[in-house]
Amino acid sequence: MAITELTAKEVTKKVINKEDLFILDVRNEGDFNDWKIEGDKVQHLNVPYFDLIDGVEGILDKLPEDKEILVVCAKEGSSVFVAEMLDEAGVDAAYLKGGMKSWSEHLEPVKVGDLKDGGEMYQFVRIGKGCLSYMVVSNGEAAIVDATRMTDVYTGFADELGVKITHVFDTHLHADHISGGRIIAEETGAKYWLPPKDAGEVTFEYNALEDANDVKIGNTTINIHPLYSPGHTIGSTSFVIDEKYLLSGDILFIDSIGRPDLAGLAEDWVGDLRETLYNRYRELSDELVVLPAHFMIMDELNDDGTVAAKLGDLFAENHGLNIEDEEEFRKMVTENLPPQPHAYQEIRETNMGKINPDEEKQREMEIGPNRCAVR
Amino acid sequence: MIKTDKVLDAKGLACPMPIVKTKKAVNEIEPGQVLEIQATDKGSTADLKAWADRGGHQYLGTTEEEGVLKHYLRKATSDEEKKETSYPQVINNEELQSKLDANEDIVLLDVREEAEYSFNHIPGAVSIPLGDLENRMGELDKNAEIYVVCRTGSRSDLASQKLTEKGFANITNVVPGMSEWTGTTEKNVK
Repeated sequence: MAITELTAKEVTKKVINKEDLFILDVRNEGDFNDWKIEGDKVQHLNVPYFDLIDGVEGILDKLPEDKEILVVCAKEGSSVFVAEMLDEAGVDAAYLKGGMKSWSEHLEPVKVGDLKDGGEMYQFVRIGKGCLSYMVVSNGEAAIVDATRMTDVYTGFADELGVKITHVFDTHLHADHISGGRIIAEETGAKYWLPPKDAGEVTFEYNALEDANDVKIGNTTINIHPLYSPGHTIGSTSFVIDEKYLLSGDILFIDSIGRPDLAGLAEDWVGDLRETLYNRYRELSDELVVLPAHFMIMDELNDDGTVAAKLGDLFAENHGLNIEDEEEFRKMVTENLPPQPHAYQEIRETNMGKINPDEEKQREMEIGPNRCAVR
Repeated sequence: MIKTDKVLDAKGLACPMPIVKTKKAVNEIEPGQVLEIQATDKGSTADLKAWADRGGHQYLGTTEEEGVLKHYLRKATSDEEKKETSYPQVINNEELQSKLDANEDIVLLDVREEAEYSFNHIPGAVSIPLGDLENRMGELDKNAEIYVVCRTGSRSDLASQKLTEKGFANITNVVPGMSEWTGTTEKNVK
């Protein structure tokens, strides 16, 4: 009998399709508690591999007989080691190819919908980390918003569609993940746009992304309309695309709102955050479909794997949009904050071009959940 | 260079091998001895720490030089956890702290292993591991007021007895010692 290998893509499908999956996570408890593969029908057992070096006999009665068992570790080695022992003990088990490292880096492209004149909107779901990025396609051209550092995925996808990337945007200077925007722009000759108020310290050339300064994609002109929406950062900018989608960046999520403290200024920016969410967004059509830059929990995924909801529905259901009292709102977004993301200062400096860590270091900096929201 | 009892080369090995090898190497040393593990797998630090905790081993610390991690681990010893000591003259941590605060003219002798001392010791403490004490006693002044400290008070108990037998006039054991020390400490490794 041989052990089987599952890729991050295959595990993503299982999570999106809500299939039963039993995960034996063999990382140390600290890493497991910080961050793990989640899903509706995903069950976990965490036993560090170093407790299994002498054998797996002790955990056999804790493993289900009727479910697929997936052994997961940080980089793959330990999960193969444990899966082989399970196999010898007569238990069928698979391991996750590339471990949590590949889980963290996997991007699943999902089509969100059509734009006018044959245009298309794609969402790239980084399921392991909760980051969302976007590709707007129209008439042979494409724009990318909030790209991750896995730039090959976007350029490869554009090649498959036969479109040329002409514009690359970041809604803000990210603190939770390393942006691939600048590199994609360099490789494709596209224009790279950043909000100037977030770019004060950047060390490279960029185009200033400013309010109401529209950008067109394709000759039938899919309209990308920037909307200045500070609060998560001082420069945070949203996009209204084709009068149909609202790309809300890290300002508004499906089940939570942006946190104002990652650039160190929670107290100062809480007013901006409120102004954006309670006034600027209120002026927009309820019919706009909100496409955020993150999701926090698997419940935010729709059945088709997308993360999207109508703005009107969010005004009705998202707790962060329904706090009448300003003081209470201030308290919630300044006092109720989750831990700051792992290495967020270094990530910001990388995105400013101030430091250039190698790939392994970048990977290490991004490990863990994104934690960009408050609920 | 920190002196250790055994060095394990796990460089270039990926998880799980650094821990598998460490486990084997720990079986080959005596309780209380120190193992140095050289590894390049970045994940080895957290895993080694967690593994050591479970086995009751002391994880002492890690240094990094040119991409090579050096982890230091001291094998668990059951007898150090026993609370009773037999050397009569003892003070507790707080009393020692007051003497340090008052800048009294005392000698603080740390008899833990060099690796333990390197990662965490009281400023000004002199390091002579218990095992070297016999040979290095000459470095100490027989008439000085000497306070002996270790992790739990057990090794310092033995050291205090030994020093007093050899004619040291004013030896006091610090109990419990570094395991519960809350005052200032320093380390002499990066």
